[in-house]
Amino acid sequence: MTEAFRQYFELCGSLLYWLFIAPFRGRGWRIDHTFAQIVRIGVHAVPMSALTALTIGVVLAMQSAAQLAKLGATAFVPGLVSSSLIRELAPLVTAVIVIGRSGSSVTAELGTMKVSEEIEALEVMAIPPMSWLIVPRFLAMVIMLPLLTVFSIYVGLAGGWLIGHFSLHMSTAFFVTHALQHVALSDIGIGLLKSGVFGVLIVTIACSIGLNVSGGAEGVGLATTRSVVVSLLSVFIANALLTALFFF
Amino acid sequence: MSDTAPDLTTREPIIEVDSLVRHFGSQKVLNGVSFKVYEGDTFIIMGGSGCGKSTLLRHLIGTEKPSSGSIKIFGQEITTMNEDAMRKLRGRYGMLFQSGALLQSLTVAENVALPLNEHTQLDTGLIDTVVKMKLEQVGLTGHGHKKPSEISGGMKKRAALARALALDPPLVFSDEPTAGLDPIMTAVVDELTQRLTQKIGATVVVVTHDMNSVFRIGTRIIMLGTGPNQGRIIASGTPAEIRAHPHPAVQQFINGDPQGDGSDDSGEILYREALLGLNETGMYSRSAIQSSKP
Repeated sequence: MTEAFRQYFELCGSLLYWLFIAPFRGRGWRIDHTFAQIVRIGVHAVPMSALTALTIGVVLAMQSAAQLAKLGATAFVPGLVSSSLIRELAPLVTAVIVIGRSGSSVTAELGTMKVSEEIEALEVMAIPPMSWLIVPRFLAMVIMLPLLTVFSIYVGLAGGWLIGHFSLHMSTAFFVTHALQHVALSDIGIGLLKSGVFGVLIVTIACSIGLNVSGGAEGVGLATTRSVVVSLLSVFIANALLTALFFF
Repeated sequence: MSDTAPDLTTREPIIEVDSLVRHFGSQKVLNGVSFKVYEGDTFIIMGGSGCGKSTLLRHLIGTEKPSSGSIKIFGQEITTMNEDAMRKLRGRYGMLFQSGALLQSLTVAENVALPLNEHTQLDTGLIDTVVKMKLEQVGLTGHGHKKPSEISGGMKKRAALARALALDPPLVFSDEPTAGLDPIMTAVVDELTQRLTQKIGATVVVVTHDMNSVFRIGTRIIMLGTGPNQGRIIASGTPAEIRAHPHPAVQQFINGDPQGDGSDDSGEILYREALLGLNETGMYSRSAIQSSKP
């Protein structure tokens, strides 16, 4: 446990150097690798994020409509859907999807590279693994998770609109106006801040566990499971703390 | 390879290892190892499984730090070297890993081109030409577009050798280059290694326990011991000197004798007994099994 924390903070320290100091010493970010990771971590997660956000928007609208109808207050459905999505659900659910899809993949890939001596080979070829492997994944994650979250907010709102328009007979203008009325710009900023924090947690945990795999194929499997579990717990705890800090 | 002792007086030591010690917990894996590798040598580090030869190699390439002792490569002390200096030094040597360690996400040609892309200012066309030349040298013409997962173990080793030689380094390390290869492929890899020293004048350090390779390509050899001699050099010299070495463990290792008098590794004997479930009297040996547990 202590060793895992030491490895994690060591990676974070090294990451800070490679992100902010190394570029001024002639070792810049690898933009081509970063774009490749943006596609793998972010773009390929779009269909799954979209489907999940759509179903959440639909379910949120249906559940809230059922309760609010008893009070004759279905007009509040758009606001409830938008504020829930922007403040909590879109950042959290998108992070969960990215943990399952991309965080696990980062750990498994780095772990396999570790046990097959590929990372040692990079070091011996004087190609720093931090610059070649970790920084591109970090940048891709912290760029793409907030973007995926924004995308999920839109798709989730579309899901809510489906129920509002076709089941509750709201006009599109009514739905959009009420959805916007219940959220402030700061809500969107905090939602994106949350997803940025989640992105940092997910990618640093996934990389730290992946880089320190031992024990062959079994070790890679165990590390991948550990990475998903630790990332999920960290994101849930961070979400609770950020919500308490900004909304409570 | 010639059995005559190379003339060391006229050549520079490329590697100087002095009193190298490495502990893993209470276990001393390397115990006062000292040797020199001279320019143009094909230097063999041999020994049984677990004797510390791969650990020694990892210290030589600078991926592990010793508990004490000194390692000089090209006259530079690497045990106290900072990362930047180490990175510069690493540009002067190549490494062939036991598994090949080709990057699975890249094609064979991209793997070979990697050191050229990273450490030279050559244009893409010239890099392509060098890559084709290197692949031709190792007999992999026409396989450059394949991913490592699409080629055989022997081809992976040769592709990894091509990558190790991409920058024409004056020093090449090789970890078990023939492990898992058939006899023909073993001879091919040995021939490539010999060609390295003869045509390019490179110094090669090979870790192996393949005795055919040892005597086919080695110019100087050290053997690390196991058991009570764990991590110590128990023999060193030219191939002829090693063949005639009086140490029983050396003779047992060369002859591949499982019951040789010279075994100084009680752990091996106990392990053998444990595998058979028998002790010296032919009885089931519980203590042998317990003692043989790692």
